[in-house]
Parts: sequence; structure tokens; C-alpha cells
Amino acid sequence: MLTLSGVTKRYPTGDRALTDIELTLPKGQVMALIGPSGAGKSTLIRCVNRLVEPTSGSIRLDDTELTRLSGSGLRKARRSMGMIFQEYALVDRLTVMENVLSGRLGYVGFWRSFLRRYPEDAVAEAFRLLERVGLPHAIDKRADALSGGQRQRVGIARALLQSPKLLLVDEPTASLDPKTSRQIMRLIRELCAERELATIINIHDVALAQQFADRIVGLRAGQIVFDGRPDELTSDILTTIYGEEDWDTSPEPADEPEREPVSYERRDIAGAMATGVAP
Amino acid sequence: MSEQAQAYFEARQQAARQGQWRRLPLIHSQWLRWAIALGVVTYLVLALASVEVNWARVAEGASRGLRFIGAFAQPDFMSRGNDIINGLVESLTMTLTSTVIGVMLAIPVGLGAARNIAPLPVYFVCRSIIAVSRTFQEIIIAILFVVMFGFGPLAGMITLAFATIGFMAKLLAEDVEDLDWRQVEAVRATGASWWQTMNHAIQPQVMPRLIGLSMYRLDINFRESSVIGIVGAGGIGATLNTSLSRYEYDTSAAILLIIIAIVLLCEYSSSHVRRWTQ
Amino acid sequence: MPVLTSQQGMPVWRRRTTRAQWLQFSAWLLGVSLFLFCWKVISDNTMWVFVEDAGRQGSDLLSRMIPPKWEYANVLWKPMWDTLNIATLGTALGIIMAFPVAFLAARNTTPHPLVRSLALMVIVSSRSINSLIWAMLLVTILGPGVLAGIIAIALRSIGFVGKLLYEAIEEIHPTPVEAISATGASRLQIMNYGVLPQVMPAFAGISVYRWDINIRESTVLGLVGAGGIGLQLNASINMLAWNQVSVIFVMIFATVLVSEWISARVRHAII
Repeated sequence: MLTLSGVTKRYPTGDRALTDIELTLPKGQVMALIGPSGAGKSTLIRCVNRLVEPTSGSIRLDDTELTRLSGSGLRKARRSMGMIFQEYALVDRLTVMENVLSGRLGYVGFWRSFLRRYPEDAVAEAFRLLERVGLPHAIDKRADALSGGQRQRVGIARALLQSPKLLLVDEPTASLDPKTSRQIMRLIRELCAERELATIINIHDVALAQQFADRIVGLRAGQIVFDGRPDELTSDILTTIYGEEDWDTSPEPADEPEREPVSYERRDIAGAMATGVAP
Repeated sequence: MSEQAQAYFEARQQAARQGQWRRLPLIHSQWLRWAIALGVVTYLVLALASVEVNWARVAEGASRGLRFIGAFAQPDFMSRGNDIINGLVESLTMTLTSTVIGVMLAIPVGLGAARNIAPLPVYFVCRSIIAVSRTFQEIIIAILFVVMFGFGPLAGMITLAFATIGFMAKLLAEDVEDLDWRQVEAVRATGASWWQTMNHAIQPQVMPRLIGLSMYRLDINFRESSVIGIVGAGGIGATLNTSLSRYEYDTSAAILLIIIAIVLLCEYSSSHVRRWTQ
Repeated sequence: MPVLTSQQGMPVWRRRTTRAQWLQFSAWLLGVSLFLFCWKVISDNTMWVFVEDAGRQGSDLLSRMIPPKWEYANVLWKPMWDTLNIATLGTALGIIMAFPVAFLAARNTTPHPLVRSLALMVIVSSRSINSLIWAMLLVTILGPGVLAGIIAIALRSIGFVGKLLYEAIEEIHPTPVEAISATGASRLQIMNYGVLPQVMPAFAGISVYRWDINIRESTVLGLVGAGGIGLQLNASINMLAWNQVSVIFVMIFATVLVSEWISARVRHAII
């Protein structure tokens, strides 16, 4: 369903973020992308929805070649790819309902969205999703009044309101405590199963990845160094991905997930918007 | 949460389930919403009604407006060249001297207006100097000083220096009030005198910002020096005023372009100086 | 910090190196001589006879101003109302124009670098030119009156509001904007959902702040014929009716204090 071939990304500074990525993701599969900070995980999923422009290579979603799209074509393609972010990326000063409904922006015209006059089915679906993630009572709260776990739930509802075929998840648990992290991962897993979504999850926490993913892909310095089932992931392979470390100390808790530094170049709003403009 | 509000929010959830949802109004009470809207509309109607426009005069002026805009395409620096240069030299010298004098006077006033280092009577005196200097437009002050000191750049310089005192002293006082008191105590603990404390604990903390603000004030003073000439306090403003009243728009355009260029230059160099001092 | 070795072979601590010392010394020398030169220019253009007289003139002025002619205040209500209108309508008009300019000028929302430099140019020219100059200009074009004042205030406000607002836009969190663009939103929708909510408080604060400054500025616009209480001020000064001038000063002082208080309260409530 999603096919990446020969995808390469080089930043203007000359840093190679991704080299020749070959990846195929069938429908309904939950794939975890692991690797050290700076391995290119975030860049990879941002290349898929073109928040980052890949330097070369092809990315196909079903029959659409994503790399060549621009303007309204790109907008249409982005609607079918929901994205969940590390720091939730909610708009703090909008209410929960407005945040969730923003998932429909690709479907409604400007004035409708400006006046917040969304179609009835969109509102009903948004409310159903909020019930599904357990926040129906919070519709009128402002996003910054919620806890971390609650915000991530709103982020999930927003992504799902796009009725996506593909879910791109960037470090969903990096800012959450261990218990909330597991709840969020379980929720994502269940929702993907319900809707048969193909999913790419960037994640630092190897244990969580092994528990909740169907398939694990290891990335190191912009190259795929492992691709297999979770139970195939051995200490040797972890060493190839992350480098030398004693992986076999079960009583020691997994490392605190550290935040991946995100380079400014890629978060440049102008870039994100330039690609989102109708010509 | 009151029961009424609870019921309101539950009703909104029920409606959302059915697909009915509107943005939460900014002001909760409908009555107040209408009252505010009505108040704004009434004000606008009354205010706009009191604006008397002489449309015949506007129509007559329209061609002049076009001529003025056209003048920017070919500004005339030459025909009043001497006046422009004299005005500019006066403006620039006024700007520089008034900033230097103003900042030097602002330092004691600012320290006196900082509640944490000044005794109460001094504090009140300094605060009232600041209040007077800040409320009145430079031009009003200029009128008074022109009456006192006669026409010419001296009145302008004193005006700008006075305005600088209010501006700088207020910000300096705020800085001193926020400064890191531990450093002051550390210096005092060595047995330093009042002057030594000032020099070693307070000056290093406020100095970079003081320099930055002085640069900013230099910029403001130049912009102000271009208008106080209107009331006879010297500077490029007088030249500009004359050229405008004589409808010599090409000269006015030239003067305005020079002002814009100098302000740009000031801003550019002040950002450099600020980076350099920090 | 440099340590030198003295002739006796003892280390001597110095705050700066010799080169830095010379540089600093010459910078000071340059600064002081520039200041003295400027002072000389001013002094050449000054009639010192008048200056020696300043004290007497000042006390004379004060004696004419006090006591103020309080009944003159009755004439001032209408001009004061005009002044408030110039400030308020001018601010409103200025904000409306500054809003799009700021979005075009912010690095992260501008459609094209060329548009950005154009918007920055609008902001700089509006900021460099004092509202009184704008007023003088507009009076020659539109004729004297409140309208010229309103437009002058509006033109001056574009630069101020535009500059502060575009700086606020450049400082927003990029992630929500990224998230909104990932939903397939159009450019305008990204502005509306991702950018606008983040800059709204700053925008409201800046506007109120500018309104407060504009009240102050609109009190003098009348000096060049652009309406408001400045007209009365001009007339009183021309008639040398200093006891009326002092009434006007008191009125301006009170109005400015009230508007400053309102603006501080509103800004405090927003933040």
C-alpha cells in the first residue's frame, strides 16, 4: 500500500539524513521504526507526507506518486495520511473540539472552517472519536488545560478524523510517563486494528515497540539495518542499531525516552506551507 | 462549576453527538454580548458622524496627493540643497548631544527612581520627573523651551534631552528593580562602599541593556528632531514644513527619503552595537 | 584577562591588553570630540542673549499660566472628543492595515522573499515618519480637519503594530503549524488555525499599547491643523493666552494618565 524506493534526503548543510530507503508497508500493518536520535526516523515519516521534501526517490501511496504532487493534489494526499506528534502539536488556545475538527480542514472550504461551520457528519464523527478516546466531557476545554496523556488522545482523534489510510506517528510517548505511554500505544494499536490502518510509529522505547508492533525496522545513520518481526530483535541487532551497550539487564528499567532534537530547517513553517499552497 | 453551567455544557455535548456544534462564544452572557456590540456600533456611528469631511476640498487635494506620490519617483535634493544640509546637520547634532546629555542625566534619575536603592523622598521626586517627561509630547515641551530659550537648536536639544530622561530613567529604574540582588550582596559582603557597590555589582548588570536602550533612544531622538522644527526648535523639520506649505513636494520627498535612510542606518548599526556589547 | 610581566619580573594583572587599551582610548577620544563638535554647531546657531534671559522668561511664563482659566475647559469638551476619536479610529484603521502587512513581513508566513522586503519597507517608512509629519502632509492634501488626523495616526500605526506583530509571528511554536499543514489544510486555513490563535494575545496587547501612544500623539496633531485639542492649543499659544494653555495641559495630562492606566489594565488582563 505504501512503497518507498530509493528515498534519499540531504539537507542543504550537506548532512545526509536518509540514504536509499526501500520499504513496503501493507494494509493494516503496524510498523515500528527504531533507532538512535538523529538516525533519520522523523525525517523519514515527514518525507512521506512531504513536511520534508525528499531529495530523490519515489514514495507511492496506493497508486499515487506522492513526491510529484503539489498544490491541491498534495492537500488531497495529506488528508489520507493522519499524523500524530511527539509534543502533541495541538493549538493551545483552541478548544478540544476545534483541535479535533481541524483534522477535517482538508475537506472543507476556508470560510466554512473560518466560521467553524463544519458539516454535521464531521461534528458527529469528531464527537464519536472523542468518546472513543475517552474525552467526550472535554469538548469545550482549551487544549492547554489538558494533561499530557489527554492531549495526545486529542491528537489521535484529530489524526483519525481525517479518515486516513495511513497513520504516521512521531514519538507518541516521548513526553509521557510509562503508564500513560502504554495506554496511548494500546489505543493506537486498537484503533489501527479497527480501521485496518497501515501505521509507521517512530519510537525510542524498544520494549514498547516490541510489544505493540507487528514489524520492526531499525534505522541507523539514515539506512535500514534491520527489518523483521519483533521477536527477531536480539541484543546483537540492537547493538548494530544503537551501538555497543549491555542490552541484557532485565531488572534495569528501560532508559528514559529522550527527546529527539528536531532540526529547525525541517520545522520551517514556510517550507511546510509552501508545499501546501494551491498554485 | 455551577449547576447551570454544568447543564449548559452537557447540552452542548448532546448537540455535538447529533452533529450540532458551534464555537464557544468569547463572552458567555448573551445579554453582555449584545450590549458590547451595541456599544461599539453606537460609538462608531457617533464618532464617524463627528468627522466632518469637506469632499470638495478632498477632491481638490487628490491631484496634489498624486503629485506627492509621483514626487517620490524623482525627489529633488538639489534646489533646496543648502536648507536640507543645514537642517540635517542641526538635526543630527541635536540628536547626538541630546542623547548623550539625556542619558547622563537619566542615570541618576533612574537610580533614584528604583525603589530598592533609593530613599522614599528621592523616589517620589524622580518618579514625578519621569511622569511629566513621559506624558507630554516632545513638541509641547519644545513650545515651552522655545519660549524660554528662543528659536534654534538649543531649545530642541534641551527638549529631546528632557524626553530622553523620562524614557531612559523609567526603563533603567525597572532594570535596577529587577536586578539580581545576590550579586550586590556578594560585593557588599567584601566591605565595598556605596560607590564600589554601584561600580562592581549594579553597573555590570544593567550596562548592556543601557547601551542598547541608548542606541534605541538615539534613533527615536532623530525621528523626533525631524518634527520639533515645526515649532521653531531647529532641525530638518522646519525645512520640511516650509517645503510642504509651499507645495514643493519633490523637496519634501527628498527630505522624507533622507529621514527614512538615516533611521534605517541607525537601526542597522544599533543592532550591531547591541550584539557587540552583549 | 591579560597578565604582563613587569621589569622586576613580577606578574602584573591588567584589565585589558595594551592594544585594547589604545583602541578604547581612541574610541573615547573620538566620541568626546564628536560631542564637542556637535555642541559647537548648536552653540553657533544659538542666540545666547536669549538663553541668559531664560530664567526670567521661564518664571514669567509660569506666572502667566497660573492660575489657569478653568472656565475655558467648557470649550474643550468637543476638541477632546475629536482627539479621542482621532486616536481610536486611527488606531482601528491602522490595525486593519497592519495585520496583513505583518503576515507578509514575517519570515515564516510570507509567500515570497520579495513580498517580504516590500512589506518590511512599508513598515520602515511608516515607522520612520512621525505622525505629525504624516499629518502635515495630509493636511495639505485633504485639507485641515479630523480626517487628516485619523489617517495620519493610522499610517504611523501600521509600522509600529506591523513590526511588533511580525516579530510575534516569527516567534510562534512551529509544531502546531506543522500539524495543521499535515491535515491537508490550505494556506489560509493554516494561518487561521495554526498561526492566528498563537499571536492573538500579542496582537491585542500591541493594539491597546498603540492606542495609548496614539492618544498622546493625537493631542498635538492640531498644531498642524489636523483637528483635536491641538487646534485649541495652537490658537491659545498664538494669542499668548497662557492661562488657557495651562488648562489644556492639565486636560492632556489627565487624559493621558487615564488612557495609560486603561491600557496597562487591559494588557495585564490579556497576559
